[in-house]
Amino acid sequence: MAPPTIRRSGHSRKAQFSAFTGYLIAALGAAIGALLLVLSLWRPESFATLRSEATDVVAPAGRVSGATRSDSLTIVDMVAGYFHAGSQNARLKREADEARIRLREAEAVEAENRHLKALLGLRETEVKPVAFARLIGSTSASTRRLAYLSAGSGDGVKPGMPVRGPMGLVGRVLETGDSASRVLLITDGASMVPVRRTKDDVVAFAEGRADGTLHIRLINLGVNPIRKGDVFVTSGTGGLYRPGIPVALVDTITSDGAIALPLSNPGTTIYVAVEPVWVPQAEAVIAAEPAEQAE
Amino acid sequence: MIGENAPPPPGSRFGRTINRDHLPILAQGLPLATILIGSLAPLLPIVAAGPVVPPFGFMTLLAWRIVRPGLLPLWIGLPLGAFDDLFSGQPFGCAMMLWSLAMLALEAIEARFPWRGFWQDWAAASALLAAYLGISALVAGAGFEPRYLTLIVPQLLLSILLFPIIARMVAMFDRIRLYRVRVVD
Repeated sequence: MAPPTIRRSGHSRKAQFSAFTGYLIAALGAAIGALLLVLSLWRPESFATLRSEATDVVAPAGRVSGATRSDSLTIVDMVAGYFHAGSQNARLKREADEARIRLREAEAVEAENRHLKALLGLRETEVKPVAFARLIGSTSASTRRLAYLSAGSGDGVKPGMPVRGPMGLVGRVLETGDSASRVLLITDGASMVPVRRTKDDVVAFAEGRADGTLHIRLINLGVNPIRKGDVFVTSGTGGLYRPGIPVALVDTITSDGAIALPLSNPGTTIYVAVEPVWVPQAEAVIAAEPAEQAE
Repeated sequence: MIGENAPPPPGSRFGRTINRDHLPILAQGLPLATILIGSLAPLLPIVAAGPVVPPFGFMTLLAWRIVRPGLLPLWIGLPLGAFDDLFSGQPFGCAMMLWSLAMLALEAIEARFPWRGFWQDWAAASALLAAYLGISALVAGAGFEPRYLTLIVPQLLLSILLFPIIARMVAMFDRIRLYRVRVVD
């Protein structure tokens, strides 16, 4: 293709000036972008208001497309499903049988639990979710793992609140608009959830790896006690998440912990519940944070 | 009688020429609209486990710049990048900087190799996409690990393979853009 002649400014002063101004503004644009980037890396909350308002404006469109989302599969699963249908069927049947047995066991344990609690005089406090909402999209082109939620401060959602699906913890609310908010998924590189193993009190941090898995980082180093198939639940440390929400299933053992798969895959979770921050003291700290930043 | 069987008037692929002209909103606004819609890709109903969806906004910008040099002003990366930053999940300013730099880089490539072809355009776009995704992962703001660069490889390959298709779509939009719909009295 021949070069476009339109770019030759020739002897026209005006054309020369406008070409020059174009370069100048483009270079300035890059510089402004770099400055804002440094600012938002330094203070990640700087542009939260702008982002939430923009999300509010476009969220209705996302809500419509979110409604059409098929309720069980991600894209990759959908394609892979065709190849694994037979073996998967056999495996699922076997797993269903196992699950039925486990269910009976769990019922027994639950009954025993209730009995022991009654002995202790403890009362199970039921956590009432703040809102039920739908995940309407995610930052699927970026290495950050944030999702958009179809509920905002108008529904009582506040930053810091845990978001959970039917299978387990999904993430926590990061920024809220009026009718939509952004959720930091537990698989994001900046997310860190205090967890413990279900069967004993091995405590750890579940850190996101940005590729859909979690890194279980043990707090007490030494002999690695984690085995494949262990399930980790929130420990309640830090006060954000109430204890006992399922988080992850261990897949591979590493030298300092394990790589785990999140139990609640956000790709297959449509409806989520936003729960209140567990410990009110933590809520006070979160509420104080923006005020400190404003100073 | 002749009029019924006569072929359409020659000389234009863009509809009737007599008494018709381009619509300024369409001619100037369609490129911007397609890029803005590309930037809204995070609102697609895909909650992905990793970075898998190509950066549609950036790819559409590159395609318009390559298909129609000189149509978008050189500084357009700044406002369009700001819009993209609102939804992409990257820290604010990332796309503003990278899109502006990409416009400058394409200008430099075009000045250096004026006689362009399909392969050169694809190579230039691929190089820019690789740089864009790489730097985006670097400054994503969640603590960079070298592992993140292997994480974007599938996304990068998909973007590179998809680029000629996006460029084709942009060429189609370009024909719509120049369709003569305004009636001149």
